Formats: sequence, C-alpha cells, structure tokens
Amino acid sequence: MGRHAFHRADSTRSRWAGLTLVVMGALVAASCGGDAGSARAGESGSTSAKGTEATTTGGAAANPTASPAGQALTGAGSTFIYPVLAQWASQYSKLKGVQVNYQSIGSGGGIAQIKARTVDFGASDAPLTKSELDQAGLMQFPAIVGGVVLAVHVSGIQPGQLKLTPGLLADIYLGKITRWNDPAIEKINPGVTLPGKDITVVHRSDGSGTTWIFTNYLSKVSPEWKQKVGNDKAVQWPTGVGGKGNEGVSGYVQRIEGAIGYVEYAYAIQNHMTYTQLQNKAGKFVSPAISSFMAAAGNADWQNAPGFYMVVTDQPGDDTWPITGATFVLLQRHPAKPDEIKEVLKFFDWSYRNGREAARKLDYVPIPDNVVTLIESKWQPEISGNVWP
Amino acid sequence: MSTRPGRLGSKRWPDVLFRAAAVTCAALICLLMAGFFVELARNAWPSIRAFGFGFLTTSTWNPVTRTFGALSSIYGTLLSTLLALLIAVPLSLATALFLVKLAPPGLAKWVRQGVELLAAIPSIIFGMWGLFVFAPYMADHVQPFLQKVLGFLPFFRGPTMGIGIFTSGVILALMVIPFITAVMRDVFTMTPPVLEEAAYGMGATTWEVVRNVTIPYGVRGLAGGVFLGLGRAIGETMAVTFVIGNNHQLSASLFAAGNSIASTLANEFTEASEPLYRSSLIELGLILLAMTFLIQVAAHLWLNRLGRASGRTA
Repeated sequence: MGRHAFHRADSTRSRWAGLTLVVMGALVAASCGGDAGSARAGESGSTSAKGTEATTTGGAAANPTASPAGQALTGAGSTFIYPVLAQWASQYSKLKGVQVNYQSIGSGGGIAQIKARTVDFGASDAPLTKSELDQAGLMQFPAIVGGVVLAVHVSGIQPGQLKLTPGLLADIYLGKITRWNDPAIEKINPGVTLPGKDITVVHRSDGSGTTWIFTNYLSKVSPEWKQKVGNDKAVQWPTGVGGKGNEGVSGYVQRIEGAIGYVEYAYAIQNHMTYTQLQNKAGKFVSPAISSFMAAAGNADWQNAPGFYMVVTDQPGDDTWPITGATFVLLQRHPAKPDEIKEVLKFFDWSYRNGREAARKLDYVPIPDNVVTLIESKWQPEISGNVWP
Repeated sequence: MSTRPGRLGSKRWPDVLFRAAAVTCAALICLLMAGFFVELARNAWPSIRAFGFGFLTTSTWNPVTRTFGALSSIYGTLLSTLLALLIAVPLSLATALFLVKLAPPGLAKWVRQGVELLAAIPSIIFGMWGLFVFAPYMADHVQPFLQKVLGFLPFFRGPTMGIGIFTSGVILALMVIPFITAVMRDVFTMTPPVLEEAAYGMGATTWEVVRNVTIPYGVRGLAGGVFLGLGRAIGETMAVTFVIGNNHQLSASLFAAGNSIASTLANEFTEASEPLYRSSLIELGLILLAMTFLIQVAAHLWLNRLGRASGRTA
C-alpha cells in the first residue's frame, strides 16, 4: 500500500498545519467576538452577546409577540441572580402572561447592555455609585440578597466548627498565615485539633460579583488588603489557586486537602461543604444562614444610601453575617417606553411579595419588608413617565 | 491538486465556476487571517500604547490598579505545551510504530479505533475528568512520588495539589496523542516497502529498520505531526482552564498553579468591562495568534531546510 504515494505525507502535513492555524485564529477571534458583540449590542438588537450565557424564557412559547396579552421583558446581567429570577419568571408568566427573558451574561455585560438600552433592565452584583448612575442616566435597587461563605477542607473539622476572625481571614488570603495549626488560628479555636497542613487559598479565576463582594469585605476589615490588593471583580491575588465559577472553587476546595475558598451560600449548602463561622462587626461569631443574611440586609442603612449604593458587607448587628451582598436591578431613568418599565416594576413588585418562597427554596434571601417599602417609594420619583402608582 | 485541461476543453462553465469558487475560498482564508491580525491589533492598541514592550516581560496582572503584563501567561502557555509534547511525542511514535510495524492486523484495527476515539472526546470532558479524577490521583500518588525522587530539583517543589502546570501538561498530552499518532501512522505506512525490504534483506532487525530507514524517511511528516500537536496544545482552553490553577504568579515549580493565555482569556473576558483591561486581554489573544503563526513559519522553514539537507525537494 502507498507505493506511489510517498509525497502524500507532506501534503497531509501542510494541509493539517494550515487548518490548525485557521482554527487557532478562529478560537482567538471567538473570544474577541463576544466583546465586539456586547459593545455593538446597540446596533444588533437584543441578540446574545456572549457565548456562555443562559437565557430564560417565562413560558413555553418563546415568541414574545405571539399572544396579545403576552408581553416580553428583557433583562441581562448577573449570573448570581439567574436561578431565582428564572423561577420567578416562570411563575409570573403562568400567572400574568408576561414573559421575562433574562440573559445571565455577567454583571459587567448587564451594565453595558442597560447603558446601551438593548434590554429593559440590567442586573449587577456590584452596585453603581450615585455619580456613575447619574452619568449613565440609570437608577438601581436591590432585588435579592445572598451571602458569601467560606468553605474549608480540613480533616476532622465539621461544618460550622471552625471560627475565623476578619483579621485571620485577611492574613490567610494575604498569604501571611500558611498553616492550619498557626497559633493565631488555634488561639480562637480552643478544643479544635488543627492539622499541620499547608493552607491552600482558593479564589475565583473569572471576573465575578462574588469576588467583588468578598474583596470589598476584606478591604473594609484589613487596611493592608485595601492597600495591597483592593476591591474589584478580579484582583491580583497574593497567593493561591483560581477556580472558574462557584463550581470551580468548590471543586478545588473539595479536592485539595487544606484548602479554603469563598463561594455563594447556596452553592456551599447544596454541595454539603464545610463552612466556617466568622466574627462580625459586633464581635460575635456567627454561622452563615438565611437569618444572618437577612439581618445584614435589614440592619443596613438603606435610607441614607444615595441611589441605593449600599454594600451589605461588614454591617452592624449581633446576628449579621459580615459577607453579605445584594444583586441590584438597573433601569433607565428616562425610558423610551415607560409602559415596559411599568411592567418590569410590576414584575419585581410581584417577586418581592410572592417570590419569597421560591427564593428561600433556592437558598436566596428575600429583601426585608422595610427595605421593599423604601425601594418602591423611589420608583415613581426617579423614573420619568407614569410608571408606578 | 493539479489542474489538468479537460479533454473537452477547460472553458466549459462548470470548470470556470469551480475555479472561481476555489479562488474565492482561498482568498477568503487569506483575508480572514489578515483580518484577525488587523482587528486584534486595533483592539489591543490601547494596551500596546500603555505598556509597550514591557507587556511581554512583566508578570503583574492587577485589574485593580490596571497594570497588566503577559509574562506569566506566555510562560504557562509555553511550559504546558512543552510538557505535553515531551510526553506525547515518544508515546505517539511508539503507538504509531506498534500499529504499523508490530501489531497483528486485527489488534491494530482495535487499537487504532481506540486512539481515534480519544480524539473525539470534547475538551470539556478532559477538563472535568482532569479536575475530578486525574488531579486527585496526581496529588495523592504521582506528585508525592516525583517529589520524593526528584525533589532536589526546583521543578518538583511546593505543595502537591494535583492542580497546576504539570497536570495540565499531562492532560494536554493525552489530548494531542491521537492527532500526532494518526499523522505518524500515515507517515509510516507511506515508507516505500522496497526500502524496508532491502534493509531486511541485508539482515537488519525490526528495530534497526525502524531506526535507520522508516524514521529517517518520514522525518518531515513526523515533524508535521508534532507541529499539529503543538498547534492544538498551545491554544487549548477548556481543559487547561480546569486544571492549571489560574494564578498569575510565576513559579519555577511545575506543581504550582499557573495560567495560559487561553485560560486567562476564558476566565476574564466576560467581566472585563474596563477598556484597558479588555484591551490587555485582546493583546494576549494577539500574542497567542502571533506565537502560533511564528511557530508555523519556523516549522516550515525548518522542514524545508531538512528537506534540502536530506537531498529531497520541498
């Protein structure tokens, strides 16, 4: 076989090589395509901008204009809020015939899309400051509260057994405490046997609202962290390994003996991870729980937060879990179609009142009543047009 | 693909149409290639202007202060690819030789299909398997063993997490083995039997024939297979992102967490809303494209020289 085909090997090689080159290029371009897509989303309509998004449709029929009663609202942003928003959207469309299509493309993408007016609402895990809101002509309000908890993988430690203080946590993430049996950890955990294992710090490798909340907390409690690392959706981590998404972090924590990582509460509970206690601003050690997140959201001083710029980390109160965060809904203050904004507001009003059970089932924390009243009182004054009674 | 004039004349319209279509497609590919470079360079410009050449030589990657350097990503990309090839090339060579020279035809068919099946596994599956099955195995068995035997070298120090550049190199090797093997197998089957038979006739053993006839004859094709594997490994994204550890710190240890250009892009593009951050990521993409391009060009030049040296035309 192949007696007359000696040269085929060469042509195979160059063909393959050429093909590889093109495929490589396409890979690179695909990653850039996502960006171009979101930047130009204004021209291309509400098409999906990123490759890895999930879209939820309220009802069975995906055609937004099909039924006369059926209206379709579009939103984009935070992946954190996606599971509960999808649940709300599904129930809401069954009850009211209004569909809510939400693309969970990430908080940054959500902010870009609402600024470009390609969606009716955006959602971000990090609040925008008052001046950022004013500059973009946006308003925001919190839609759901969630907690970020610390999961550890240390042999012999039960969930909720290990206690950490803010200072210890910052020192671990700064790489200053590197062993579990460090005297500083043993001092506040009398009676707990800690192994002489190396601590492996696990963080998120992708840009994330969870990281924003976590680094915001560390910046508040540790001046050294604030100065050396800072607060953002991605930071330069002094030490450790990075996992992609909550699942990546929890995967690493579960795999690596001696690991500590931060994940969303729902993720830690559903995966039966070993969470820790943490000392709050009042000096009390608390375990993460719906009640302690609710305490954080309720104790936060929303009344005096201009533009609802409120980061719910490190809030006062004896029962408060210190690393609590909220997902914020972003709306245009001068909408092109006020009727649609009215529908968006109706949807969130409904979910504040009737979506609590769904939220709790998914281990989210609903917004406390006193805060809902405050939020709803701001809707009509902030948005032009007749949007809220 | 030689174009011979047809017996009925080459001006018949199907021929004209075919020629036009072929030329258009070929031109389109070139245009696409140029387009990638131009577009990437254009979008990377703010970062190129801000960091200049230092982008390639610093490893700071700080989104908070907006200071970016690509060194750790370039290092991780090259190192994991090099490791992958160091493992994959000997294995593929042996497998291909086994398939062509040693295995009974029935067995060869099964082994070949098994290797080809490996090529059909999506990279995300490799990534998940790598994280949940392979990394723990590496952490518990392979890495402690390597550390015990070779721990005096800086490459094998540090905690054995099972996640890092070493593991991603091994996973990449598994991913490129089927491609390199397939090319090498083709190359070996194309050695003219007359050459090998002559060697056997002179009393050479199978090993001597392989070493002195089969491999030297097919060396260009074999190198082609290696470059195919290289091209695939250098840009592999999903599997690497799962197991490399995604850390922007440079470390001499292969057990430490690192990152590659592709994994950094996969991780950080979604939330990089700040213009300079995004531009720096695009510059990383440009560097990856330039790297693959340069490797291909170098490979071609090297192969041509090799071809001339062994007295055959390119």
